[in-house]
Amino acid sequence: MNIIACIKQVPDTEAQIRVKADGSGIDETGIKWVMNAYDEYGVEEALRLKEKCGGEVTVVSLGPARAMETLRTALAMGADKGIHISDPALEGADAFVTASALAAAIKQVPYDIIFCGQRAIDDDAGQVGSILAELLSIPQITMVTKLEVAGASAKAIRPIEGAQLLIESSLPCLITAQKGLNEPRYASLPGIMKAKKKPVDVKDAAVLGVALDKKLQVLRYVPPPARAAGKIIAGDDPVAKAAALAKLLREEAKVI
Amino acid sequence: MAKGVWIIAEQRDGVLRKISYELASTARKLADQLGEEVSAVVLGAGIANLAPGLAKYGVDKVYVADHALLEPYTTDAHGEVLAKLVREKEPAILLLGASSQGKDLSSRLAGKLATGLATDCTDVRIADGKMVALRPMYAGKCFAEVVSAANPQMASLRPNVFPAVEKAGAGEVISVAVALDPSQLKTKVLEVQKDATGKVDLTEATIIVSGGRGMGGPDGYAALEELAAILNATVGASRAAVDSGWRPQTDQVGQTGKVVSPNLYIACGISGAIQHLAGMSSSKYIVAINKDSEAPIFSKADYGIVEDLFKVVPELIKECKILLS
Repeated sequence: MNIIACIKQVPDTEAQIRVKADGSGIDETGIKWVMNAYDEYGVEEALRLKEKCGGEVTVVSLGPARAMETLRTALAMGADKGIHISDPALEGADAFVTASALAAAIKQVPYDIIFCGQRAIDDDAGQVGSILAELLSIPQITMVTKLEVAGASAKAIRPIEGAQLLIESSLPCLITAQKGLNEPRYASLPGIMKAKKKPVDVKDAAVLGVALDKKLQVLRYVPPPARAAGKIIAGDDPVAKAAALAKLLREEAKVI
Repeated sequence: MAKGVWIIAEQRDGVLRKISYELASTARKLADQLGEEVSAVVLGAGIANLAPGLAKYGVDKVYVADHALLEPYTTDAHGEVLAKLVREKEPAILLLGASSQGKDLSSRLAGKLATGLATDCTDVRIADGKMVALRPMYAGKCFAEVVSAANPQMASLRPNVFPAVEKAGAGEVISVAVALDPSQLKTKVLEVQKDATGKVDLTEATIIVSGGRGMGGPDGYAALEELAAILNATVGASRAAVDSGWRPQTDQVGQTGKVVSPNLYIACGISGAIQHLAGMSSSKYIVAINKDSEAPIFSKADYGIVEDLFKVVPELIKECKILLS
């Protein structure tokens, strides 16, 4: 089986995010970069599929030079080869441009199934996977928490509000991974050593023929809206405080 | 010339979901600023009767796409029908809900229409004739104001953030001719496994009672369940509680769990880590009950009680029983 996993290097979730004074972006100084957690589930599922069915796992990432480290991590986990789409012209690419670049790279290699994370924890947009599937004209199953691939089809569990759907798709298809799909493995020391020698193809926008015009433009970045200051409820004891709270929720907030 | 504000209504089992009304009212507000019309598209099978419900929220035209292959929802069927309709009618703005279905559909549609999509928006407004959307990033640690460079300008709205306001609309029904072939649909829903509890999903709950590390174990949640029952609320949990195995993953609120936007969020024994706040900062009112006065959650709470939650919650249950009887 030819398996592809798309990965993105993002700031660690503990990172302090500071918006630049002019609102043009976030301050990247001191940020620790890691593989997007949802992409880890994708890589892990790709590796398990390879272990079960045989074949090859190729990891693809669009990102600046530092993203190579994340590709090496995936290779250390067990992926076989990588494709690094790296080009200053693609910096700040929106979902459509990103998906276009990934599609252009992926079209050059054989694939039976593609994994993406359900969203990246930096932009939280959750679009690239679906747009990529559309550009490749393949079906998608998003937010997958369980996957079974057999023969020419894939069966997946997709939770929705109040229910879980069992969905079947023909192959090739694109799966976006949701938390709960699996527990990603850690890269072993031998894995890390082997990863250094695994091939990574570096491509730029021109080579791929990607149109660079963004469909979504960011006017500015702003800090989160401030909440009005709240109050600590005073009272002699828990009984009094609970009574005061219930009254406030009823009469002031009017939410109960 | 792209004109009109469109919404993709969402229905399940023949009933319009609440987000549809929030979408209609928001579209009405934008359309009024632009001096344009609001159209809604509703897809499914046997759903023509849903049009009047949308008219009550200011919708001028309801496009009804009624076809067996549109029920249940699949990305391919809804995507295909909508892309064709949108290309034909050329709306300027297209809104969907950032629900499970909406997220799946909106991004695929943005790909088909090669247009800009702002997802999980908490605000939309008109500036210089275009829609400017406000959306959270980095788990809500920062927000971005974005605009689409192409038409239709797409946005998916976070559920329960935008108000649903009744306003009489013409609600003219237009039947959409659906030309779908089963061979075009590459995915199939084999089974719908409804959640046994039948409780309201966290992402749609009006009131949430949530427990964190301070709960100390699974047993304490019985009290939260009791409070939730009285308030008609859903019980949630922090990542700490879920990782400890006290509550299921589906109960998790936070950056790697669910994003919720209830009218009231009662956080019990939750410290208020950034990753948890990411999941509930859209709550209209936040209550924090925690014996640690230094817990960061108190800086976000509208009402805070610094006290052992096991002493407060039983009292709160008593008070609410009286108030709501």
